Amino acid sequence: MEEPVQTYTLTINGTVQQISATPDMPLLWALRQEVGLSGVKFGCGAGLCGACTVHMDGAPVRSCQTPLNSVGNAKITTIEGLAGDPLGERLIRAWLDIDVMQCGYCQAGQVMTAHALLRETPKPNGAQIDAAMEGNLCRCATYPRIREAIRLASGQEAKA
Amino acid sequence: MSALTDLNRRTFLTVSALAGGGFALGIGAAPAKAADGAVLSAWIRIAADGAVTIISKNPEIGQGIKTALPMLVAEELDCDWNRVTVEQAMLDEGKYGRQFAGGSMATPLHWLSMRQAGAAARHMLVAAAAAKAGVAANELTTAKGMVRHTASNRQWSYGELAAEAARQPAPDPGKVKLKAPEQFHIIGTPQTGVDSARVLRGEPLFGIDVRLPGQLYAVFETASVPGAKLLQASLEAARAAHGVVAVLEIKGSGTPDVLVDGIAIVATNIWYAEKARQMITAEWTLAGKGQGSGDFAKQATRLLDANKGSDLRRDGDAPAKLAKAAKTVSARYAYPFLAHNTLEPQNCTALYSADGALELWAPCQAPQLGVTLIAQHLGIPASRQSVHMMRIGGGFGRRLMADYMVQAAAIAKQLPGRPVQLVFSRADDLKRDFYRPAGWHGFSAGLDEAGKLIAFTDHFISFGENGKPMRSAQLNPAHFPAGLVDDLLYTQDLMPSVIPTGPLRAPASNALCFAFQSFLDEVAQAAGKDLPQLMLELCAEDKVLGDPGDASRASPAFVTKRARGVIEQVLKDSGWATRKATKGRALGFGFYFCHLGYFAEVADVSVGKEGVKVHKVWAAGDVGSALINPRGAEAQVRGAVIEGIATVTGQPVTFTDGAVDQRNFDGTSPPRISATPEIAISWVKSDTPPSGLGEPALPPVIPAVTNAIFAATGKRIRALPAVV
Ligand code: FES
Ligand code: FES
Repeated sequence: MEEPVQTYTLTINGTVQQISATPDMPLLWALRQEVGLSGVKFGCGAGLCGACTVHMDGAPVRSCQTPLNSVGNAKITTIEGLAGDPLGERLIRAWLDIDVMQCGYCQAGQVMTAHALLRETPKPNGAQIDAAMEGNLCRCATYPRIREAIRLASGQEAKA
Repeated sequence: MSALTDLNRRTFLTVSALAGGGFALGIGAAPAKAADGAVLSAWIRIAADGAVTIISKNPEIGQGIKTALPMLVAEELDCDWNRVTVEQAMLDEGKYGRQFAGGSMATPLHWLSMRQAGAAARHMLVAAAAAKAGVAANELTTAKGMVRHTASNRQWSYGELAAEAARQPAPDPGKVKLKAPEQFHIIGTPQTGVDSARVLRGEPLFGIDVRLPGQLYAVFETASVPGAKLLQASLEAARAAHGVVAVLEIKGSGTPDVLVDGIAIVATNIWYAEKARQMITAEWTLAGKGQGSGDFAKQATRLLDANKGSDLRRDGDAPAKLAKAAKTVSARYAYPFLAHNTLEPQNCTALYSADGALELWAPCQAPQLGVTLIAQHLGIPASRQSVHMMRIGGGFGRRLMADYMVQAAAIAKQLPGRPVQLVFSRADDLKRDFYRPAGWHGFSAGLDEAGKLIAFTDHFISFGENGKPMRSAQLNPAHFPAGLVDDLLYTQDLMPSVIPTGPLRAPASNALCFAFQSFLDEVAQAAGKDLPQLMLELCAEDKVLGDPGDASRASPAFVTKRARGVIEQVLKDSGWATRKATKGRALGFGFYFCHLGYFAEVADVSVGKEGVKVHKVWAAGDVGSALINPRGAEAQVRGAVIEGIATVTGQPVTFTDGAVDQRNFDGTSPPRISATPEIAISWVKSDTPPSGLGEPALPPVIPAVTNAIFAATGKRIRALPAVV
């Protein structure tokens, strides 16, 4: 029954890391507890909240639904890895200018999802913003400012 | 070195010199007995280089308190807000006074004391400059961390003066001159949260982020019915599972708010603990038979039919007036249990040392409660416990309970020397919640020929025993319209239940406002008017209902004039008078006074094939003379409004035989971005010290939406969530 521990070599925020864990361990718990990155958050463990969103080769994934053995050679980026990334910096600046967060717990996931949106759609309209962000729960309901910050980061007027 | 300067009976200062030429100042209300030691409500440090550190004593749950309270201090200190560092205090109520986040109380409790602390420090810096320059203190002015003598064109930074300031006599904080509101340059300016940038860098600020050397992770398996006892369990397979360090049976005290029976699975990674949990089979006592949502509803209906509630309030003779009324309106209302769904699940990290000391890292709104319960039930004296107050990933009242602190301590106590982090799965979090209680109301109202409300009754049903309601299951006898209708009767019946209840943002109000304001909307219709008109009539006379309290703090009394102020404002903002309901789309109104704040709200709602859609909400609020941080204030109102809407359109929690039916966010559906309306906020200022904003904006949006649904469709929403 017991799954053997394997060693995985992952590229996380540009750094190569070795992780020894069972193949079914979700990337979420590997990042948080084996690697020690705290930006990626646990909210539901079921793909329902988006708090655990990270990028795999630039695409947003729910790390709680991504077992280690499915990562392969994909490059992983977490909120910690957005420092120095121009779009990432722009988003974080907008997030602070508008002061989006309340408790802040969902916010890393929000920014990671917004990053993926703006890479695909540099100037999203309201419907596109809502569609992209729908899977990211914010229990504090900071949604009005999430919309504003995304518009600001994409060079649009913050208020629609 | 610290000197206690006893200034008067109520307040005092402590002053200490800092190494390197700085100074530190504490201020607070004196303890009941001088022997109780220093009670500090603020602590300011000014270093020789001018850097200002302000200690934030209360838990930060996203309400922005770690920014707002230090802003009060910095304002009167007259320092440069950009040079302020805010430091989170450890739990030490002996030193800081009460450290909790609840009831929207931080602003009213600290509006004066925090400013006095800043003003006292400023006073001493000015005195230091006066001594240094040989001029009178009243010739000196301050701004942005500098003391200035305009006549001689000299100035000194606070840093330069700090060492000398520490030697100045401390003033009586009750007598230091505070700024007039026109002089504010920090209070009332929009400020970004002091930790926002750190959160966005992914720094480990939250309880769940604590990482200590050798740390283990635990899950705690409990019965699906709250408080059920463990009969037997087979733990061998779990013990042998990969990564598992220990599987422990924990004996509970029986009550969910302290410690329930359970099995702790402790492993090197939470994933291994969760996997091992699946290998456990356990048998629990059957505790909740017949306690399901449907069972309670049937029982409540029987109680309403019997109409034998005990009196909560009896003014005049409402039944007689009803019998004689020209017109009567009667209706029953109901609302369900709700879960908190904080996005950061409950968690706590504990390290028990072999010498009997316990260190806790707790995201808790009332950490002292945890310490007390641990002392009582686990025998670790409060004096041997220390608590780090971690940033909290959403409170909403859930973390006014400290069950997870007790659980973490109970587990750690069996593993001395090993830090253990207990993390609830989402299913645990739903299963071990303290739910917003369901409730039922049977209302009647009587109108005279002129359409005036002359009698009002409510038969309230909720949970409790022997006349004592469970937590947050009470109806305050002073509830509106009590005191404004001469003949009024509130009665109550309580049902016993195993389901633990507790405060959820705007406790009691989040339910009562829906029922009362929706029913009053029906009454208004029957009287040929609309709800705001009825409300303005009821509040037409200037009245102060209840004890206005001490003038230095926000008043707990209901002031009809302030109610009128917000109602009139929101009617204007929303264009209420000229509104036109089209088929399927209309405006609705709601008003409430709670947590010292007044809010009137109007919702623009359509009902179509996709269900209920809220397009826009106008909110007008009166929380006194000032907003500390308007940016934070708006965030609180918007968050409250969106959360309120979700109680109309989202999913509640339900129970079967005492066990909650939902296991994750797909069952409880918290609000998402697409359901977020535009929200326009107006502030009505009144001449009273400010009150808090965590809660009062939430209740009125609920009836605003349900009353709009009625206006749009003709279907009255008498139960939540709304079925249209
Ligand atoms: S924790 Fe992964 S989606 Fe919620
Ligand atoms: S800011 Fe609290 S959950 Fe989003």
